[in-house]
Amino acid sequence: MSDKPILRYNANERTNHWIVAILFIFAGLSGLALFHPALFWLSHLFGGGPWTRILHPFLGVAMFVFFLGLVFRFWRANFISGNDRLWLRRIDRVMRNEEEGVPPIGKYNPGQKLLFWTLLICMLVLLLSGIVIWRAWFSQYFDIGAIRLATLLHALAAFVLVLSIIVHIYAGIWIKGSVSAMMHGWVSRAWAKKHHELWYREVTREDPPAPGTRKKG
Amino acid sequence: MASQDIIARSATTTPPPSIRQQEEVAKLIDTTKCIGCKACQVACSEWNELRDEVGHSYGTYDNPHDLSAETWTLMRFTEHENTDGNLEWLIRKDGCMHCADPGCLKACPSPGAIIKHANGIVDFNQDHCIGCGYCITGCPFNIPRISQKDHKAYKCTLCSDRVAVGLEPACVKTCPTGAIVFGSKEDMKEHAAERIVDLKSRGFDNAGLYDPDGVGGTHVMYVLHHADSPKLYAGLPDQPVISPLVGLWKGVSKPLALLAMGAAVLAGFFHYVRVGPQRVEEDEHPGAADTSVHVVDPAVHVFDPGKPGAQGEERP
Repeated sequence: MSDKPILRYNANERTNHWIVAILFIFAGLSGLALFHPALFWLSHLFGGGPWTRILHPFLGVAMFVFFLGLVFRFWRANFISGNDRLWLRRIDRVMRNEEEGVPPIGKYNPGQKLLFWTLLICMLVLLLSGIVIWRAWFSQYFDIGAIRLATLLHALAAFVLVLSIIVHIYAGIWIKGSVSAMMHGWVSRAWAKKHHELWYREVTREDPPAPGTRKKG
Repeated sequence: MASQDIIARSATTTPPPSIRQQEEVAKLIDTTKCIGCKACQVACSEWNELRDEVGHSYGTYDNPHDLSAETWTLMRFTEHENTDGNLEWLIRKDGCMHCADPGCLKACPSPGAIIKHANGIVDFNQDHCIGCGYCITGCPFNIPRISQKDHKAYKCTLCSDRVAVGLEPACVKTCPTGAIVFGSKEDMKEHAAERIVDLKSRGFDNAGLYDPDGVGGTHVMYVLHHADSPKLYAGLPDQPVISPLVGLWKGVSKPLALLAMGAAVLAGFFHYVRVGPQRVEEDEHPGAADTSVHVVDPAVHVFDPGKPGAQGEERP
């Protein structure tokens, strides 16, 4: 077996991911500034309250647009399938770093897949409700009842999104090798086999079985 | 009646100065005495240096058509046919009600942009306003307006500047029929009670005071001939309350949400402390015996997630 690493994310995918991540940080911090008085000081990062109010929706729309890019790249790999239900039932073992009885899974584990769909729903709710409460451009077209509902849904979806991203970031810290997979794209074969065995087999099946021959000194 | 004390402040979670006991003020608008002359509108725009656009006629006497950032009070005219088939011309001076429990203040995210004085006046501080429009979302009376010129919210101040130096609001001073009066809230209630007795003796059995409990009472009150049906008066809400959606949005849910976010971060930290990271041991690596530095083959296989068949493969 070859020991050359596997490309998990190509440069376009990585760039797209980090653009969304950066926009999430800015949209998230500016949104949290308006979320609760305890966090209003965050508005200073954006040049004060009015600038926070002006920038937040544009950051949000940009985040949504680039997130759509990720959706188009990854949605096919995110259907719950095969061993996923069993994996979810054994989530407690996964959480304890135990491998006994945890079934092999594909390119994404079911946690990642659920995260994907949760993010997509949150992003859609945030976009649609955000348009309704975007006072400078669109609010005049909506009834006050719709605006009140949209305001509530916007805060709720933002809350779920932030929680999901906290889980997402922690998973990256916890599972060593996944941040570098998104940073420079490569994962070791051992990593792929350990965490995404079905994907590993899928990828290596097409590999030319010529150990050593391609190695350059 | 002057007051320096601010007893409520938007986006502020600590107690306001509340040692001094100060008398609450109120403006009483007697719709039964109003002749619809609009002198109050003119006085408002004169005193506050507001000059709204002339606008267009929409087939009613309402002019301008609606409240705006430059029109803080507006006479609304309603033609009402009563049960006897007689026409009644109901005229209501619309504007901020200065609620005891202001929905605008509750919704505002900017500290100090909306304040409530100890005398009951609810005031917007445009210097702290960020222009988000949450006050509009919170208001049960549809009063605040965001200016398209400066993106700040405006509404009636109850002439807080005049009241602070012992003067009555400009609209009160100018009203030629005495339909608008101003004083302590207790005195205004007493005055209204006399008016209501008089109106009932003249056949308006449902005459009454509009000082709705749902928002804790208001510091602008109406005497209505038809207090049983305030909505006759150009949609004055029968039972105004801060919308439960706003209550849910601004109530206990947000501190809880913040707590949950913090708890999630802590949960991650302690998971790391107790369970630890997942590392791939190199001896799990099939080819790990060879520890020499290897050069990555530039022709390495690229996996395309766009190609089908990445999942569902059964373990042999």
